[in-house]
Amino acid sequence: MSIVVYINSNNGLAKSALEAVTYGNKLDGDVIAVTCGSADESVLSSLGDYGASKVLVDRSVNSNDSMQIANVLKTAVEATGAKTIIFSHDLIAKAVAPRLSVMLKAGLVSGAIDVPNGDTVQVNVFSGKAFGNVKISTDLKIISLLPNSFQPESGGSACPVEEFNGNAGEAKIRVIDSKKPEGDVPLPEAELVVSAGRGLKGPENWDMIEDLAVTLGAATACSRPVADIGWRPHHEHVGQTGVAIRPNLYIAAGISGAIQHLAGVNGSKVIVVVNTDEEAPFFKAADYGVVGDAFEVIPRLNEAIKKFKAAN
Amino acid sequence: MKILVCISKSPDTTSKIAFTDGDSKFDENGVQYIVNPYDEWYALVRALEIKEANGGSVTIVTVGTATDDTVIRKALAIGADEAVRIDSEPTDAYFVAMQIAEYAKSNAFDMVLTGKETINYNGSQVGGMIAAGMDLPFISLASKLEVNGSTAKLETETIGGLEVVEVDLPAVISCAKGMAEQRIPNMRGIMAARTKPLNVVAPVPFESLTSFESYALPDIKSACKMIDPNNMDELVELLHQEAKVI
Ligand SMILES: Cc1cc2nc3c(=O)[nH]c(=O)nc-3n(C[C@H](O)[C@H](O)[C@H](O)COP(=O)(O)OP(=O)(O)OC[C@H]3O[C@@H](n4cnc5c(N)ncnc54)[C@H](O)[C@@H]3O)c2cc1C
Repeated sequence: MSIVVYINSNNGLAKSALEAVTYGNKLDGDVIAVTCGSADESVLSSLGDYGASKVLVDRSVNSNDSMQIANVLKTAVEATGAKTIIFSHDLIAKAVAPRLSVMLKAGLVSGAIDVPNGDTVQVNVFSGKAFGNVKISTDLKIISLLPNSFQPESGGSACPVEEFNGNAGEAKIRVIDSKKPEGDVPLPEAELVVSAGRGLKGPENWDMIEDLAVTLGAATACSRPVADIGWRPHHEHVGQTGVAIRPNLYIAAGISGAIQHLAGVNGSKVIVVVNTDEEAPFFKAADYGVVGDAFEVIPRLNEAIKKFKAAN
Repeated sequence: MKILVCISKSPDTTSKIAFTDGDSKFDENGVQYIVNPYDEWYALVRALEIKEANGGSVTIVTVGTATDDTVIRKALAIGADEAVRIDSEPTDAYFVAMQIAEYAKSNAFDMVLTGKETINYNGSQVGGMIAAGMDLPFISLASKLEVNGSTAKLETETIGGLEVVEVDLPAVISCAKGMAEQRIPNMRGIMAARTKPLNVVAPVPFESLTSFESYALPDIKSACKMIDPNNMDELVELLHQEAKVI
């Protein structure tokens, strides 16, 4: 049985793409990666390291048009006889997977955090406050994997890359302008995140947060009010109405830990909270707590990590 | 401009999340339902702004039972002209989307707007499925939407970046942060909502493709270890040795 894994290769291979191939490889079947665009063959063939047996690439599609990508995947599923289709639950998957679900009448599970148990897949629900087990009742199954739920596992070897005509059809969406990603690590994929809230008093005080993030190689995030008043860009807003993340380490400075904030971050493996108020609710959700002024503690932590990195 | 806005209910964000019936059902005991924030703050408010600028109408639609009428009235209080409730339990995203697609197909809307996702199931599925059911283009996670005649210009989040796109209407659009500012309903809106039309229509037969079998709550964290604010070396050591995250 084949498993089709959709890969977005427009900006090279993201870690989440490698996670999706690794995940496919844990299921019972032959993993076929399907992608669109103009990525180099050598880049695509490296998906073999993570368990793909081959890559099908449709060079005629050069945008993120969800209709075209869904058409290509439908053609690939029919050509390979695949019964399972895997996505990484990112922005493109959120547009393509539901469309494909209707086109193939295949049950879709989004936000999967574990491998299927029979027909049932575990997902995050209630914005990270609970887990749900979703049963797919159709023979064809689509699983959209939450980033950072599985680490990529390499060890295979380069695989063949085949040109593929996926009958994409015409693009209905015209791209007028695009800004490429600025930061190095997209927040949902980041393993380490440094975040701050209203306790920082103003946007001019974020230097210390960015310095710490640079030292750690972390992404930066913030609480909702901070994004709402424009101290930080919207895409940094984490929580129930922002991005839900599950990094290995989440450092929160000057954030009270309101239930809506916790919802988006309590999937983090380790949480460090820095807050002047020892009664701040965030300490109840934290692994390590520091009662203190972020303006003193964060620079001190930065120095301590620099010292540690220099020594190791 | 005829705009359809899809509305879902979701538990108030401060609700205690618990499950009953052998962890197979969400425990609604004491739970207050609100209009899903993404549907209300972004999709509905942007639809109203477009109507205010260009004329036309805003209809809200939900798939639900009579108990959802209070949530529908909350959405009407923000300013929609009328509401449609497709009278059925919303069993899964596919079922819900097919109901809305069938309704929308026979009513010639220029745009169908949804929120980015619901805050309870976080599926981000319904919008894309409606678009597929209607064979229309779908723009997901738009943070800006301008209408110019029969085309829409949108900004969408890409992974860390931004894309500006154009599409001919009709189209289906899911709305994310940045689209609009939350509106607090005023007394007049709340009064008017009581008498606005709420049409109940019968569902079309469709099966569900998925079902939630059971739920679980995360393990409770063990007590937080407190670190002396003057001793960040200790914290670094713990993050390295004990937590093994750096
Ligand atoms: C429907 C709804 C959805 C929401 N969704 C979200 C969401 O997705 N994400 C989100 O974050 N919020 C969300 N909120 C808002 C949430 O309820 C809180 O208001 C918000 O998280 C508080 O942000 P904050 O912790 O930065 O600010 P505050 O609550 O003002 O907390 C600031 C904290 O900083 C501490 N502090 C002050 N000075 C210092 C210092 N010098 N050093 C260290 N600590 C200091 C204070 O003790 C305090 O704990 C939502 C609310 C609603 C109603």
